[in-house]
Amino acid sequence: MEAIETPLLKVTIDGIEISVPPGTTIMNAARKIAEADPEQHDKVPPAMCYYEPLKASGGKCRACLVKVAAGSEKDPRPMPKLVPSCITQVQDGMIVENTTNPAVLETRKGIVEFLLLNHPLDCPICDQAGECYLQDFSYEHGVVDTRTQEERRTFEKHDLGPYIQLHMTRCILCYRCVYTADQITNKRVHGVLNRGDHAEISTYIEKAIDNDFSGNVIDVCPVGALTDKTYRFKNRVWFTKPVDAHRDCEKCSGKVTLWYRGEEVIRVTGRKNMWGEVKEFICNTCRFEKKETRDWTIEGPTRIERSSVISANKYGKNLIAKPDFALKLAKSQYKKIDDSRPYITDDQTIRQLSIENNKLANERSLASD
Amino acid sequence: MQLTNRSKQVSNKTMTFSESLFLPAIAKGLAITLKHFFSKKVTIQYPEVKRYLGPVFRGRHILKRDEQGRERCTACGLCAVACPAEAISMIAEERTKGEEHLYREEKYAAVYEINMLRCIFCGLCEEACPKQAIYLRHDEFVPVFTERDQVIWGKDLLVEDMNNRYKREAWTKEEARQLDQLKASGKVTTVETRAIP
Repeated sequence: MEAIETPLLKVTIDGIEISVPPGTTIMNAARKIAEADPEQHDKVPPAMCYYEPLKASGGKCRACLVKVAAGSEKDPRPMPKLVPSCITQVQDGMIVENTTNPAVLETRKGIVEFLLLNHPLDCPICDQAGECYLQDFSYEHGVVDTRTQEERRTFEKHDLGPYIQLHMTRCILCYRCVYTADQITNKRVHGVLNRGDHAEISTYIEKAIDNDFSGNVIDVCPVGALTDKTYRFKNRVWFTKPVDAHRDCEKCSGKVTLWYRGEEVIRVTGRKNMWGEVKEFICNTCRFEKKETRDWTIEGPTRIERSSVISANKYGKNLIAKPDFALKLAKSQYKKIDDSRPYITDDQTIRQLSIENNKLANERSLASD
Repeated sequence: MQLTNRSKQVSNKTMTFSESLFLPAIAKGLAITLKHFFSKKVTIQYPEVKRYLGPVFRGRHILKRDEQGRERCTACGLCAVACPAEAISMIAEERTKGEEHLYREEKYAAVYEINMLRCIFCGLCEEACPKQAIYLRHDEFVPVFTERDQVIWGKDLLVEDMNNRYKREAWTKEEARQLDQLKASGKVTTVETRAIP
């Protein structure tokens, strides 16, 4: 029997066309565009709850809402409402507007406000600051001012086993940690309790902490709700130096990122890809117990984006992926000089003109005061 | 080509008798000197006497306390990352029970050091601080140091003394600008200094 060839679907995102297999979501199609051409990185909708390696994640935070201007080739009517791109599958001839649609950008500002309704602004204290997706999201898409006066909901800090601390106050209820627990064990004992404003990650979560892979909830958490207790207040992320390393581990892949302060490993995390997702979960032994350089085989410094604060004060040439920002700026702002004026060679006229120009410049500088 | 009308024609004519005596010219010169003896002096006896350098002068650093005397600094590291000279370093610690009267937030700087040889007094740390904790004093310099161990300032020198609080007219840029305009328009002449940002 011949294999049935599935035709690729053509989808246009912000004017860029791409062919993807059926079943792909808009988000993944956009990511595919950015992977092929890094210049289109900002065309990818932001994701707070969607996490590709976790099944069934996505659709909760609404950060990735986009406008579908034409549903498909057969039915080119636009979709009436904005759709979450992480769970909406593409159809042939779909036209998606993300950054080109002002309504989408306006909505995103609202989403930031909703996510920050109950999120405390304690970034100076929070260990996640500097690698927090909510920080990035609100910086890129949010408004500066807080418009609410209501008290934010607060919870007590919670120890989940000896290694993980839960700050429910900071949680944005993305469910990623719940799906992680689902993935690493069949007997998940934690989830979200209560509803609406009272919803919280349940206390039963302590019981999932026996699992060898429980530490991954720290990596998965987009905010500082689940943090590493062994790293608590040790240092700010941007003063540490990330290094890729691996070791032979019978439980996991052993591929990690070590975070150095001077000669000392102060934290071990999973290796994140360009979308901030850990593809290969690591075990608790690797994460919490192997904090000596001699335990690891160093591969080299982790690539950090120039725009990230983690790249601050790091000078290695191969360490930071520096985009040729200046050149790009020059390219985007390039203007041809108006050369249509006639050349003047007469001395007297040049002198006269320079005096006049000087006078004009003086007036301008005085006027601006 | 003549650029200005201020140029003078130089001549080689011989001096007159009174000019060749030089005495009147010397007397004239001494008179000028004598006049300056009695006129108001433009210089001061530094370092015994110091000038007021204005409310925006950037002198030595201070780590402010709040109205209840708790340290404002929470060791977030933004001053250190903003510092172009990499002069600031710190080690954070978690506040334990019973220390609430000492530190404002649940994290505080156990060690906070500024290398005064590195510091260029640009004030970026002050601008970066989200907790209004670090300021550059407008009224005090870093004293001249003679030994290397005097160069690195720790918390003992930086944290504010509650009995001798540092006071300022304005604590933010916006406030200072507003005050400037009010002063310029003559609406305000004297401003109360306050210790709390």
